[in-house]
Amino acid sequence: MGVQEPYPVDVDAIREDYPILQRKVGGDISTPGEHDDDTVPLVYLDNAATSHTPKQVVEAIVDYYYGYNSNVHRGIHSLSQEASVAYENAHDRVAEFVGASGGREELVFTKNTTESMNLVAYAWGLNELEPGDSVVLTQMEHHASLVTWQQIAKKTGAEVRFIRVTDDGRLDMEHAKELIDDSTKMVSVVHVSNTLGTINPVSELADMAHEVGAYIFVDGAQSAPTRPVDVEAIDADFFAFSGHKMCGPTGIGALYGKRDILEEMDPYLYGGEMIRRVTFEDSTWEDLPWKFEAGTPPIAQGIGFGAAVDYLDDIGMENVQAHEELLAEYAYDRLSEFDDIEIYGPPGDDRGGLVAFNLDGVHAHDLSSILNEQGVAIRAGDHCTQPLHEVLGAAASTRASFYIYNTTEEIDTLVEGLEVARDLFA
Amino acid sequence: MGIGSDMYRQQILDHYKNPRNHGRLESPTFSHTGENPSCGDTITMDVQLADDGETIERVAFSGDGCAISQASASMLTQRLPGTTLSELEAMDTDDITEMLGVDISPMRIKCAVLARQVTQDGAKIHEGEIEIDKTKTEDDA
Repeated sequence: MGVQEPYPVDVDAIREDYPILQRKVGGDISTPGEHDDDTVPLVYLDNAATSHTPKQVVEAIVDYYYGYNSNVHRGIHSLSQEASVAYENAHDRVAEFVGASGGREELVFTKNTTESMNLVAYAWGLNELEPGDSVVLTQMEHHASLVTWQQIAKKTGAEVRFIRVTDDGRLDMEHAKELIDDSTKMVSVVHVSNTLGTINPVSELADMAHEVGAYIFVDGAQSAPTRPVDVEAIDADFFAFSGHKMCGPTGIGALYGKRDILEEMDPYLYGGEMIRRVTFEDSTWEDLPWKFEAGTPPIAQGIGFGAAVDYLDDIGMENVQAHEELLAEYAYDRLSEFDDIEIYGPPGDDRGGLVAFNLDGVHAHDLSSILNEQGVAIRAGDHCTQPLHEVLGAAASTRASFYIYNTTEEIDTLVEGLEVARDLFA
Repeated sequence: MGIGSDMYRQQILDHYKNPRNHGRLESPTFSHTGENPSCGDTITMDVQLADDGETIERVAFSGDGCAISQASASMLTQRLPGTTLSELEAMDTDDITEMLGVDISPMRIKCAVLARQVTQDGAKIHEGEIEIDKTKTEDDA
């Protein structure tokens, strides 16, 4: 696959980058990998949980392990220098990918979005929040944000407020205006909902937060992989995302933070790598971003993350977004053909590349099991948004989520699978 | 059936669509409820013991959730009468998959065993061995 022209992209060529998309499923699952009794072609529609990893990214990781595997920042020897430069450069690449002009000094590598959230909650929230302060979230937050701020609020005596979700799955911005007031110190919002597919007006929310002197934390777990993101245009104070949802490996994520805010913050984890000078009595910290990266970091994963954003930039994020929108609208329209399907969230032409729904009379887990027998991998459950599901009045839902290598034919296979479930449960 | 059938054989679907002993007993010896929050499976088991205080006489269930959890509860209400509390105590996951007559995929085992665990915990609470509010068989999400 080379650099792609403006949309439409050559999905067949892109699929060549992913050997896993060729595998069959349906047989023995007691050992990993394809088995002789796997007979059904895989239709992978669980990309909001994790995306697949293209050859180019796996090769970058292999190159590191076979060619220059070494610890970073502590060796004078050649391998350590090569590894250090590659790992540091990956920070710059990922920073550039989300529009952070400050480069590595504004881009901390973490384990994932959840850890990025916890880093700010502990390093900033625990020190700065006090009784009388408020943290404003939304009803559609992922547990990563909701639980973290809920628990930090309990420790600090701050109040947590939730912006309501309207019946059509959007944020009630009038309610947001009521909730964000002089007591507000942090507004933490999901950019693209992992359940509703809603694309939230984060730039507008950033203005509202800044007007009252609060920070805004944008959870970009579902937006960074699927659309062009410019943290400076949003005016986000913090922006978090995960490598494994955007063609990268697991175990690596990122926290963007405005430089002056990160500089003021204390470290979150202490130990090696993050210190400059240590005596028995006291220590001083390394420069950004290293003061937030204690211990030996996930070096191969960081380098793989850099390769993943190179890969996505070659395709072009405008193209990724266009393909996501095409698949979301197609799936929304196909599922809307049936009266026994309830779809959650905004209309098909105004959402991210995922559709959560319920088929009347069939529990989401049963549906997921039946679809699995036809090779269709979708997510069933609460998608780490239990309180939102309470608002929706559903214990669980079934979610199909798409990426750059998915096709409309795969969505047709999903719709055919629903027919099998209907027949069984009729 | 070649497609969409392995876990959903006729027996499971029949028990799901036509649950046996569904509802509440008038005067159960003990009742207990369990739920798997992320699935939304909830089950209440009512158990009535014979005069010997040991033999299970009648069982009813109520609740709602996926076909596997509800069919498992329905079958259990037929399976348990006549067995003793110590036999109930000895029931393990294999007994449940045998009763269901199908292979349950690893991720769905928690649905299949919920009714059994609820009944076992209900018995232990009744005998004063444990104190818990609600049973669950899934890990915390």
